[in-house]
Amino acid sequence: MADEVILLDFWPSMFGMRVKIALAEKGIEYEYKEENLWNKSTQLLQMNPVHQLIPVLIHNGKPVCESLVMVEYIDEVWKDKSPLLPTDPHQRAHARFWTDFVDKKVFDVSKRIWSTKIEENESTKKELIETFKILEGKLRDKPYFGGETFGFVDLALITFYSRFYSAEMFGNFSIEAEFPEINAWAKRCMQKDTVAKSIPDQKKVYEFLVQMRKQLGLD
Amino acid sequence: MAEENKVKLLGFWVSPYVRRVELALKLKGIPYEYVEEDLKNKSSLLLKYNPVSKKVPVLVHNGKPLTESLVILEYIDETWKNGPPLLPQDPYKRAQIRFWASFVHQQLFETWLSVLKSDGEVQEKALKEVLEKLSALEEGIKNIFPEGIQIIEHENVGLLDIVMISVFGPYKVHEEVLGLKLIDPEKTPLLFSWLTALLEIPVVKDSLPPHEKLVGVLKFIRHNALNPTSA
Repeated sequence: MADEVILLDFWPSMFGMRVKIALAEKGIEYEYKEENLWNKSTQLLQMNPVHQLIPVLIHNGKPVCESLVMVEYIDEVWKDKSPLLPTDPHQRAHARFWTDFVDKKVFDVSKRIWSTKIEENESTKKELIETFKILEGKLRDKPYFGGETFGFVDLALITFYSRFYSAEMFGNFSIEAEFPEINAWAKRCMQKDTVAKSIPDQKKVYEFLVQMRKQLGLD
Repeated sequence: MAEENKVKLLGFWVSPYVRRVELALKLKGIPYEYVEEDLKNKSSLLLKYNPVSKKVPVLVHNGKPLTESLVILEYIDETWKNGPPLLPQDPYKRAQIRFWASFVHQQLFETWLSVLKSDGEVQEKALKEVLEKLSALEEGIKNIFPEGIQIIEHENVGLLDIVMISVFGPYKVHEEVLGLKLIDPEKTPLLFSWLTALLEIPVVKDSLPPHEKLVGVLKFIRHNALNPTSA
């Protein structure tokens, strides 16, 4: 029986993009369903009753939630192709530590930039700059965070590339200018077809956030 | 103990994150050296092994440090395969365990801390959120324990049990400090019977900090949060 794989997502979501990359890396065919977060489908509410958030992966009718849990699940089920995590337990622990770091220090922190008044962004910007300094240090002379090949940490962080332009416009700092190694790494990842097709255009994302901010009365 | 297999845990007795790593080591029967840190005067060892966040727990194995309790638990499970497994084999069940462990670790625990550190309306709102999240957990674990809670033994204590115990094992202490019911057998019968079953296991029960000592610390934390000293 063929696998039935469905992804409930919302196109600007950096979390959803991670899952799209993972599915593409594994060559998995799936049905993509775009959710309207202001009018959530019954399916979304049933499949993720706890958080009612996207992304949700539905595999043969069973839901998996939380983007990194989903990526590990995909890696374990479709284990014969393109491993996303290393095999060595210490390296796996390292990878998980850094993806957790990305979640807390990049994704959670940057949310403030899009959702608060521009004047209040100074301290958030400082935090993000510190974080990117640490990440650049971690990258050092390697092509990817995973070493020679694209891996779990690269996948977790690269989706933030979709927000580089927005960070520049709202946060008034340029990741490209201030972090040339991160910028080079991002461009390297974007050369992979699986990544490029999973990440929307930066300006399109910026326009979406501008709209959101108008609706929230921030600008 | 051979140098290459040496395991050291840097911890602080109050921290539920540390307690869960200790419990995992004990369940797996892994010998380790425990180093109690004074968090107001962090040792050079801690600063060397965790320069990024300078926090405990830090597990040092073969001289290499690891941080973040959930990351450490999975590492323990993958490295010491001869003890009881902390995660099931099936990928879907593993995903469920990871989802709920993250929910208890982050969502529930953080909201719970807000209850401890606030009063009045703020506390009421936080408490309401905790009780809602406990209800969500009660519903969620019905899929993990489809036949309800049977007897749990040392061999079947897993990652989610460990995380649950580390946060809510001392629930009677929390209830005493705050004068309210947290794990109500009528509202969340599955959670209540789950915790009760886990606390029957000696190694789990022993992992709880001493009742009176914890009452003292939690009262102290609450007092400091409600009466911050001015700069």
